[in-house]
Amino acid sequence: MSDDLDDLKQAMQAATPVPDAGRKAANFTIAQENFDRLQESRAGARLTSEGPGRGWFRGVTRMITTQLSSRGMMSATTALVALGLVVVVPDWQAGRDMFRPGPAVQKTVAPEEGRARKSQEAVGGLAEMEAAESLAADDMAGAAPPSPAPRMQAAPTEALRGFAAETLNNTAPAGQRDVLIRPENNTEAYANAEPNTLKVTAEDPVSTFSIDVDTASYAVVRSSLIGGVMPPHEAVRIEEMINYFPYDYAAPAEGDAPFRSTVSVTDTPWNPDTQLVHIGIQGELPAVEDRPPLNLVFLIDTSGSMEHPDKLPLLKQSLALMLSKLSAQDQVSIVTYAGSAGQVLEPTSAAERDTILGALDNLSAGGNTAGQDGLQQAYAVAEGMTEEGEVSRVILATDGDFNVGISDPDALERFISDKRESGTYLSVLGFGRGNLDDAVMQSLAQNGNGQAAYIDTLSEAQKVLVDQFTGALYPIADDVKIQVEFNPGVVAEYRLIGYETRALNRDDFNNDTVDAGDIGAGHSVTAIYEVTLVNSDGRLTDPLRYGDAETQNASDELGYLKLRYKAPGEETSQLIETPIVAGGETTDDMRFAAAIAGFGQILRDSPYLNGWTCDDAIALANSAKGEDPYGYRAEAVRLMRLAQSLDRN
Amino acid sequence: METSDESLARAAAGGDRHAFTLLLERHYDRVFRLAFRLTGAAAEAEDLTQDVCAALPSRLQGFRGEARFGTWLWRVVVNAAHDRRRKAATRARHAEGWGDWEVNRRAAHDEAAEAVDWLTQAMRALPEELRDTLALVLDDLSHEEAAEVLGVAPGTVSWRISEAKKRLRAQREKEDQA
Repeated sequence: MSDDLDDLKQAMQAATPVPDAGRKAANFTIAQENFDRLQESRAGARLTSEGPGRGWFRGVTRMITTQLSSRGMMSATTALVALGLVVVVPDWQAGRDMFRPGPAVQKTVAPEEGRARKSQEAVGGLAEMEAAESLAADDMAGAAPPSPAPRMQAAPTEALRGFAAETLNNTAPAGQRDVLIRPENNTEAYANAEPNTLKVTAEDPVSTFSIDVDTASYAVVRSSLIGGVMPPHEAVRIEEMINYFPYDYAAPAEGDAPFRSTVSVTDTPWNPDTQLVHIGIQGELPAVEDRPPLNLVFLIDTSGSMEHPDKLPLLKQSLALMLSKLSAQDQVSIVTYAGSAGQVLEPTSAAERDTILGALDNLSAGGNTAGQDGLQQAYAVAEGMTEEGEVSRVILATDGDFNVGISDPDALERFISDKRESGTYLSVLGFGRGNLDDAVMQSLAQNGNGQAAYIDTLSEAQKVLVDQFTGALYPIADDVKIQVEFNPGVVAEYRLIGYETRALNRDDFNNDTVDAGDIGAGHSVTAIYEVTLVNSDGRLTDPLRYGDAETQNASDELGYLKLRYKAPGEETSQLIETPIVAGGETTDDMRFAAAIAGFGQILRDSPYLNGWTCDDAIALANSAKGEDPYGYRAEAVRLMRLAQSLDRN
Repeated sequence: METSDESLARAAAGGDRHAFTLLLERHYDRVFRLAFRLTGAAAEAEDLTQDVCAALPSRLQGFRGEARFGTWLWRVVVNAAHDRRRKAATRARHAEGWGDWEVNRRAAHDEAAEAVDWLTQAMRALPEELRDTLALVLDDLSHEEAAEVLGVAPGTVSWRISEAKKRLRAQREKEDQA
C-alpha cells in the first residue's frame, strides 16, 4: 500500500510545474505592499477579539434582542434562518481598502423557552476582515468580475456553532480560529440553536415546545458518518434523530383524540442520579382504504447542481417507488423549476403509471434555480386539483438551492405560511450533500406544515416515501404543542433533550394563532426530559436557603403534561392533560430512544453525559433493538460504531 | 545559525519587513507546490499562491507560535483553497446563476483535461476533503502533521488516505478497461 503512495508521490513530483517567475515576483510585491500597508494602519487592522469594535457589537446585540423578543417562536426561527443566511460583506469598493475596520454583524437568535431569546455574537468583525482581504486579493489579480456575493457562507455555520468555540480554541491558535478552522468546505447551512440548558424548577417550572416529526437531521448525520467525518454539531438535532425511528406506543382508541400520549419515568442511562421523563405520542393510523383522495404536486429542482447521481437520478427512483403506494383516485402532477421551469405533467391519475414514469424520466438537470416561481406554480396547480374532502400536498425535492430568484427568504416563508391557511401542505425532500441548505429546508417545511426529510439512499426513500407513506402525506393533527409544568416540590432541575429549534414561549401555548408542528397518520413523536429529583445527590444547583417554592404543595406528581392540537383545517385547538407520575413501564422502545438521545448528545459534545460514551450507547441500543422489522435500529448501531472509531482517532 | 521560522514569523508580525521577506522567500516554492496539489492546475495554483501572499501579512498577526510555522502556514494555504472554492460556488450562485456556472465549470474542466496528467485529473475528481488530505500527505507531511493542519484526528487522515487510494485505484482500473 505504501508503494502505491510512493508512486503517487513521484508522479505528483514530476507533474508539479515550476512556479512562474513573473508571478512570483508580482506576488512578492503584493505581499510586501500589504505588509507595509498593514504597518501603517495597525490600529485599524488589529480587529481581534479585544478590538475596539466590541462595544458597538454589543449595542446591536441588544437592539436586535429587544426587537425580536416580542415576536412568536416561528418568527424567531424565521429570524434565525434569515439572519443566519444574510452575511454582511463590505461593498466592493470597500474591499479595496483592505484594513478598513467596518461593521460586520452576524447574529443568530437562539430561541430559549421561558425567557427572552439570546442573541449570540459571532465573529463578525474578523470575518469581515477576511472577506475584505480576499476581495482585495481578487481585485489585484484582476482575475474575476467584481462580485457582491457573500463568500462567507461558512460564517453562519460558525455563528450557530457558538457553543463549540471551545473546540475551536483547542485546535487553533487564539485569534486565528475564525480563519483557520473551517471543517465544512462546502456551502451547507444548518438550522440549530444552542443545546437546552438545565432549568431550575423553582425558577422556571414551565417548558413549552412544538412537536417535530422531521427526520432530516438523522439522515444528514448518517451521511456524514458514512463519509468518515463526525457531523458538525449544528447538524445534530437530537429530537429528529429520536423521531427517525418508529416506536410502538399505545395507539389511541377509536373515537378518542387522534393521538395518544404515554408518559413514563425511567432511569437515566448516563446518570444514576437523574431520571428521564419519556413522553411518547402515537398518532392514529386510519385504514389506508378509507383515506381521502390525494393530490400530489411534485415540485422538482432541475437546476444544474441536481445532476449528481445522488440527486436527480435518486429522486426519480424515489418518486417511482412512491407511485406504487398511490391508488387510481389519486392525482399526480409534476412542476419543475430551473431554466426549464414549468409544468411537465398535467394532473394525471396515479393509475397511469407509464405516463408519470415517462414524465419523470424526461427530467434532466440544467439551468438556473428559481425556487419561488416554481413554488407559486406548484401551489396554483395543487389548488386547481383540490376538490372537497381531498388532501393536497406539494412535495418539493431539491438539493437546497434557493438562491437565484429569492431575494427575501422572509417573503418566501410568508408565502408558504399563507398557502398553509388554504389547506395545501408542503413537504421538503433534500437530496445530495455539499450544497444542502438544511436551514431553509427546515424553515420551509415548518412553515408549510410539512415534513422535511433528507434522502441519501434508495432505502431512505423507501422509508420516507413508502413505509411511512401515509404518515408523511395525511395530517391527523395540526399545530401540536406540548407544555410541561414541573412540580418544584419533586423535581429540582430539568432539561429538555433536543427540540432547541422548536421552543415556544410559555404564552404561545394557548395562542391558537401560533404555528407548531403537525402529526401525520401513524406518526409517533418522542420527547425526553432529564429531571433531577429534589432529594437527589445529582443536583447541579444548590437548593435556595430562603426559597419556599419547594414546600408549597404536597403533590407527588413530577409534573403536568398539557398537549394542544387542532384537527386538520380547524381554527381552534383542543387540550389534552395528563399528570406525570413516577414509575410506568420501561419498554425497549424507551430504552432505545434513550440510547439515541445519548448518542445525539455525544455527537454534540453535551456536558451532561458524565463520561457516557459510544460504547455505552451501543450496548444500550443493542439490548433494546426489539423486533426492528426494517433494520433501522441495527443501522443506528452501525453508525454509533462508526462514530466511536472516528471519535477515537 | 539560521533563524527559525517561528522567530522570523514573530518578528514579521511585529513589523520587521526584512523578516517577512525572508520568510516568504523560504516558503514561496513550497506554498506553490502545495497549491498545485490542492488545485491540480498550474494557473489555479498561481492564483491561490497569490491569495496566500496577499493575506499573509495580516494573517501573521494571528501567529502565536503555538504551532510550528510550517503547520500554521499549511493551514493558511488549505483554508485559502477552501475559500476559493466556496467563493467560486457562491459567486456563481448569487451573481450569475447556474447556467453560467455550468459553462464556467465545464470550461475549467476542459482546460484541466488538456493541461494536466492522469493523476491531477484523478485528484480533481476526489471529494474535496480527500483531495486536501491527499495533497498534504503527498507533500511529505506525516499523517499527524496533516491532521494538525486540517484540524482533524490523525485516524481520520489515515482513513481518508486509504479511501482516496481506493478511489484512485478504482478510477485507474476503469480507465484501463476503457
